[in-house]
Amino acid sequence: MPSGLIDAYPHSVDRYDEMLVAKGAPRPHWSAFARRLEVLSEKALEQRAAFVADAIESDGVTYNVYADPKGNSRPWEIDMLPLIISADEWRDLSAAVAQRARLLDAVLADLYGPQNLVSEGLLPPALVFGQRGFKWPCQGAVPPSGRFLHLYAVDLARSPDGNWWVIADRTQGPSGTGYALQNRIVVSHAFPDAFRNLHVQKLVGFFRGFQEGMARMAPTDGEAPLCVLLTPGPYNETYFEHAFLARYLGYPLVEGQDLTVRNDTVYLKTLRGLRRVHAVVRRLDDDFCDPLELRADSALGVAGLLGAVRASRVLMANALGSGVLESAALFGFLPGISERLLGEPMAMPSVASWWCGEPPALEHVLENLDDLVIKPAFPSMRMEAVFGHQLKGEERKQLIASIKAQPHAYVAQEWVRLSQAPVWTRHAERRLTSRSVGLRLFAAATPDGYIVMPGALTRVAPSAGIEVISMQRGGLSKDTWVQAEGPIQRSTLIKEKLGVIDLLCTGTDIPSRVGENLFWMGRHSERCEASARILRAALTRIAGGTDEIDQELSGLLLAASRIGALSDDEVDASDDAEEHRLENRLLSAVSDLGQPGSVASNLRALAINANHVRERLSSDNWHVLNRLETALKPSPVTLDQALGALDQVMLNCISLAGFAMDDMTRDEGWRFLILGRRIERLAGLSALVSVVLQASEPDRERMLEWLLEAANSIVTYRARYRRTPELLPVMHLVVFDTANPHSIGFQVQSLKRYLARSAQDLGHPMPPQIAGLERRLGRFDLTAFEVEHCDLACARLASLLSDAEETAYVLSDDVHHRFFIHTVQQSRLRSVA
Amino acid sequence: MNKVRYHIRHDTTYRYDQPVGESHQLLRLAPRDLPWQQCVAHRLEITPEPTHSRDFVDSFGNTVRALHFEADHDLLSVRSESWVELQSRTLPPVEDSPPWESVRDMLRYQAGRRMDPDTLFATAFLFESTDVRLKRDFADYAGERFTPGLPLLAAVEHLMQRIFEEFIFDPEATEVSTPVTEVFASKRGVCQDFAHLMISCLRSLGIAARYMSGYLLTRPPPGRPRLIGADATHAWVSVFVPGLGWADFDPTNAVRPDLEHITIGWGRDFSDISPMRGVLLGGGGHEPEIAVTVVPEDEFAELYTDADQPALALDPVPDLRISNG
Repeated sequence: MPSGLIDAYPHSVDRYDEMLVAKGAPRPHWSAFARRLEVLSEKALEQRAAFVADAIESDGVTYNVYADPKGNSRPWEIDMLPLIISADEWRDLSAAVAQRARLLDAVLADLYGPQNLVSEGLLPPALVFGQRGFKWPCQGAVPPSGRFLHLYAVDLARSPDGNWWVIADRTQGPSGTGYALQNRIVVSHAFPDAFRNLHVQKLVGFFRGFQEGMARMAPTDGEAPLCVLLTPGPYNETYFEHAFLARYLGYPLVEGQDLTVRNDTVYLKTLRGLRRVHAVVRRLDDDFCDPLELRADSALGVAGLLGAVRASRVLMANALGSGVLESAALFGFLPGISERLLGEPMAMPSVASWWCGEPPALEHVLENLDDLVIKPAFPSMRMEAVFGHQLKGEERKQLIASIKAQPHAYVAQEWVRLSQAPVWTRHAERRLTSRSVGLRLFAAATPDGYIVMPGALTRVAPSAGIEVISMQRGGLSKDTWVQAEGPIQRSTLIKEKLGVIDLLCTGTDIPSRVGENLFWMGRHSERCEASARILRAALTRIAGGTDEIDQELSGLLLAASRIGALSDDEVDASDDAEEHRLENRLLSAVSDLGQPGSVASNLRALAINANHVRERLSSDNWHVLNRLETALKPSPVTLDQALGALDQVMLNCISLAGFAMDDMTRDEGWRFLILGRRIERLAGLSALVSVVLQASEPDRERMLEWLLEAANSIVTYRARYRRTPELLPVMHLVVFDTANPHSIGFQVQSLKRYLARSAQDLGHPMPPQIAGLERRLGRFDLTAFEVEHCDLACARLASLLSDAEETAYVLSDDVHHRFFIHTVQQSRLRSVA
Repeated sequence: MNKVRYHIRHDTTYRYDQPVGESHQLLRLAPRDLPWQQCVAHRLEITPEPTHSRDFVDSFGNTVRALHFEADHDLLSVRSESWVELQSRTLPPVEDSPPWESVRDMLRYQAGRRMDPDTLFATAFLFESTDVRLKRDFADYAGERFTPGLPLLAAVEHLMQRIFEEFIFDPEATEVSTPVTEVFASKRGVCQDFAHLMISCLRSLGIAARYMSGYLLTRPPPGRPRLIGADATHAWVSVFVPGLGWADFDPTNAVRPDLEHITIGWGRDFSDISPMRGVLLGGGGHEPEIAVTVVPEDEFAELYTDADQPALALDPVPDLRISNG
């Protein structure tokens, strides 16, 4: 029994309606779906809408919005109702899009080759050489397959007479395929029966075709092709899509710093060494791709990439410089170009356009402003499209003046009244309402020509009556159902169950950046804990303030500044007048972000490292990291508050250390986290113990108590010896006792173990320093401490520990060069035993 | 026949605060061969030894040396040495050039009108580029000297003269990154700024102009000897004249370059032809030390006598008679 849903849907006579041919009357290819909607109860429809919203939320689909007051990402919004395109209509649409892709590819080949289009007067030089998008350094570079355009997107609009028009071309790194795929997964599950009965074409073949095309066209020199997806990073508006597509296509998701160019060859830096990259799907604009030859201030690109392109050693999808085609001012010239380059007329028109650089066009534009949309001729102008009829008074005068002053910078397009499609609204009185829609279609290059994705991203205006569709402004999207000529073979989109063959034990090709951030996460969390410990030891003594304690304090402050936890200053705390200054120094050692070694600075560095390996950390780990971030908020202003904050920091750092051992999968990345922790602790402890050993004899004894505290060994000491700290047993416990996880010996032993494992797995020589250090610790004669004046023993141990500290830094540099930046470290002049 | 030969030594040294682990560099230091200029010998000496080194020719025809360093280094020094021979150019009399409006109209787009290769190439130098702006202000400034019907070269010469007279040479006033609009407002700058300004003026009127990079022979103050390292790189402007080719103008000195301007190469602006451009991994705090010495052949032996600073012998030392034979 009809619910009246379709009857109530508004139908406007001066627009094309995608669903209705007349009020209450669905078009033939919509009738089955309309019937389906009518028989479902309102509650059932509500449930489906809720299902779609939940699915988006649980998949974490987002679209980052620049300058969004609510935060930097918001959920992707999908309307649960698909847009349906009939098989007949699709035949023409897809042929037209494939042709346009072929044409634009040929235009790129001409502009970066012989430039006949310009010399024959088919294209104004201003629209080529006058565009920032034209990259002179790319001139003459021929891509490996001869193809410039591998993935192409085109925005279409349908006018009231039912015809489709091209309103924009996307030729650099078009976005939308991943969102289209995501929309399909969700919406096809909301209406599974309708999806099957309507013979909707699958999307999977398109992606497979693209993948195969890349593999076959990449210059592999007989190697198995490695293709990567290059993203600007997590702050990009479509980062979700980059990650989603990379996973779907099986491509490593990389940032510029993950790649390096050596001898005109692109490599991915992995923990296992450099791996040659044969193809790059880029989501980075031309300008940012190579700081050496394009925008020098780009931190996102890969230095030397253009060299590899010129040498035809890497396939870029799309070719660098393809952004030159994104100007709407080219539209008017394409029909002539199509005849010249393809020898055929264009199957689908672009929306009528007038480039103001031609005097007759300028005249037409100024006379017919109300019927036109004014756009920049150069996308680099960052100007929004303006509807002539909306401009009044001063604004209108100003625009006209600007156009007259620089006519070549403007293009006018006919204003297409967009077609309408039904949208489900949760809150409005009328559930089914109409909104303006536009299509984004995609084509991909294969060695046999362009294939078109049988589907689209249907973009919906954010509210009724709004004409500009932009995801950046908060638009909605729809799944697009393209009907097949006949029944569809049942093939699944994503493999539903994994088999034994799919099981992975370790992640291969872990990017070096991941290892580097884990390594520094290890070092920074260890450093936070060590600083917090020694600062707490100092603060508790000041709080207790006696003369005796002052003497103890001076050694303690020396040690704190020795490990960088305290700013360098005179460390004499005996003077009463200095007391206030000392308090301030200690407070800033805790919370001053401007001070490099402060707890606050280390916490911030830790947070940055953790953010870069977000997907590898458990939610428990994140809770602790979040608590660490708030531990110093608000900044402590009294010693008591500082003590409380330091306790929080220590506690949470200890949790992190626990997670590192018990909560993380022990793959290659994890090993770097542990290496970082051990290296940091080896350096820190060695420095602390050296301070004690280098003190004169009477002072030395007064330093043992806090040394045990700072080395977190006081409980063990008391349990073992039940007496006040003495030099020999303390040295044994914090230096030599390999059963104590806070001893130097323990760090050396475990470093040796992890490095040996890493040398074996990753095939590099074992750094020689660590075994030497272990040997020297083992040979050290502790009986030397038993003599009355053991200064000689102290000096010998101090020298050993100074080498141990040096070794820690040498190992850190070695790890850095070998695994993270893959460069050669010059042999150092310093000698290391 | 009026001929001169120069020896040029151009040293660039970077000292880095911290070791640089990886570095890519592009050098545009090799003087081009031109109808009036022949680069008889050229050599680059680079320390440390680069891991990879390769030459290529860029889109504007300049030879580029691409270097890649993969080992830690805290110093990078590049010595470029050249022997260049110049002949007097046949400078066309300014009156022989076409009226400037006809040149502008000829470069302007007209649907279906074919362009010969020279004109096509000239259109690359008609628009905005990294350091060049197209502005009404610039067009107006130049327009006062571009009176109706004036031959193009006469008009350009007037513009050059005006910039020379109204702008003050002041190395303290600008940096490499100072925008041309600021130079226009402050009326101060160096050769690079004046070149960018003059190019901006010309292009704002629809005239094709390119940025020339090279060296200038300087004269020591009267009675003083020529000194090693006392010179600098230089920049000037070249204008496209249909039928005649490109004509050079030096707004910093108000001269039409002839026997004292040595050309390295050209581009749309400085950023296309900067002598050295690089990307580093690591490093920090690195202003280069640059020393340029241009010396006529007859003073060469006299200048490079100091045993501590011998000019690297170019082998074989070119001989004018032989190279002409």
